[in-house]
Amino acid sequence: MSKGKWRLSNLYLIAVFVILYAPIFYLMFYSFNSGGAMRNFEGFTLEYYGEVFQDTRLLIIVLNTFIIALLSAAISTIIGVMGAIAIHYIRSNRPKGTLLTLNNVLIVSPDVIIGASFLILFTIAGVQLGFVSVLLSHIAFSIPIVVIMVLPKLQEMGGSLLDAARDLGASSWQVLTKVILPYIKPGIFAGFFMALTYSLDDFAVTFFVTGNGFSTLSVEIYSRARQGVSLSINALSTLIFLFTVLLVIGYYFINRRNSRPTGKEVRT
Amino acid sequence: MEARARNLYLVPYVLWIVLFVIAPILLIAYYSFFNVEGQFTFENYAKFFTPVYLRMTLSSFWYAFLITLFSLLVAYPTAYLLTKTKHKALWLLLIILPSWINLLLKAYAFIGLFGTYGFVNTILEVTGIGKKQILFTDFSFVFVSVYIFIPFMILPVYNALEKMNPTLIDAARDLGASPWMTFRRVVFPLTIDGVKAGCMAVFIPALSLFMITRLIAGNRVITLGTAIEQHFLVTQDWGMGATIAVFLIIAMAILMLLTGNRKRGLIDIVKR
Repeated sequence: MSKGKWRLSNLYLIAVFVILYAPIFYLMFYSFNSGGAMRNFEGFTLEYYGEVFQDTRLLIIVLNTFIIALLSAAISTIIGVMGAIAIHYIRSNRPKGTLLTLNNVLIVSPDVIIGASFLILFTIAGVQLGFVSVLLSHIAFSIPIVVIMVLPKLQEMGGSLLDAARDLGASSWQVLTKVILPYIKPGIFAGFFMALTYSLDDFAVTFFVTGNGFSTLSVEIYSRARQGVSLSINALSTLIFLFTVLLVIGYYFINRRNSRPTGKEVRT
Repeated sequence: MEARARNLYLVPYVLWIVLFVIAPILLIAYYSFFNVEGQFTFENYAKFFTPVYLRMTLSSFWYAFLITLFSLLVAYPTAYLLTKTKHKALWLLLIILPSWINLLLKAYAFIGLFGTYGFVNTILEVTGIGKKQILFTDFSFVFVSVYIFIPFMILPVYNALEKMNPTLIDAARDLGASPWMTFRRVVFPLTIDGVKAGCMAVFIPALSLFMITRLIAGNRVITLGTAIEQHFLVTQDWGMGATIAVFLIIAMAILMLLTGNRKRGLIDIVKR
């Protein structure tokens, strides 16, 4: 490849990166603007960060968002792992295929359809719209993601390991807790983490099933953004961005720590 | 013993499938046969085939097509160049990172960037082009949507490119193919599965966008998603909303069948 071409391709990549990151840094930059709008930077201020931390309503919403995310990720991980193990042990192809297809329905469905259909479901079932309905729907759309993350690990495991454990006299409970679960742990972590981020990120489904009294961060930002620009949203988004970066770094290290011991286990 | 344990694991999972996968779809279909007063009727379906709704469906597909096309046009070269960089994993992480930021915040950022006194308009003024109305136009809608979907297009294409055997390119070159010929006859056909996966990951959500249409396009663009949201949450005409949802589900199923079958066909060709 000639040198000029190389430079041009680098330029293209850099341009894509600049465009991808520009809006995020634009938001962060103006969160320090004392001018009060996303234009004409007048002076540095932390006023809006103070505003965020004094806004009890907003803080409660942030707390709600995290409670929903952690609870839904934990519950969906449990159900998802059970489902993945069950699917893995179904021997005949037909029911297995049906289950997998049904599993993927919620992954490929647009959020609007999930939200609308859950709204009908909760109304018919008499579930009050609010915390419970949001939690249930977050669990519901996270389960298939967990299954998808865990299944490949189960397939990778192979049968001989289980046969060995059983030959050595392990009960089914021991096989599960001492062999299967440790082996698929990276998949479980990945599934939990994906569920967490899907829940934190969700707007459309929550918007449908949230009702009047309860709100998550995405829904709150939407209703505030519709009223126009307010720099406390910028301050909040800066905080969220930093948190996201921390989360990604954390995930990266969890992944690395997990991949090492499993590698060792396979070898010995 | 084994079977009993398996069935025990299966119970909560199947319960989930019945309650949150099958029941919602059936309910959507059921509700599409009722009007606002709760009477059984086919009028929702009749209404869907009036010019108003057909035009909306058509424009929704058109915008989704444009968004997918532009995402692909930007994402393919990016993915290709990414595979050529030294620290691939790091670059890829950097590309994916913005997709982890809440969608709402990114849309909100564009309200600032594209606003009348925003950054883009300032640049336009300095360069002598002059102020333009950018926010609340078709352009801003497509641009922001493409911005949001690009990482979802880059990932599958990147994976497909990584899987490709690089010696095939050398072979093509040795046999005298020009770079364009190599791309058209070797690289692109071999990565078509990634392209398809990316297009599916973009096209279906693009059909059902509703938040961006409200925040960025200022209700100028009405997609199927916006219409469903409008019927369910604003006018409370659940029947009509469910009817539009039924058509969206059908469109989705057809798309998936089409791409799925083609993929199977490709595998057959490779096997042969």
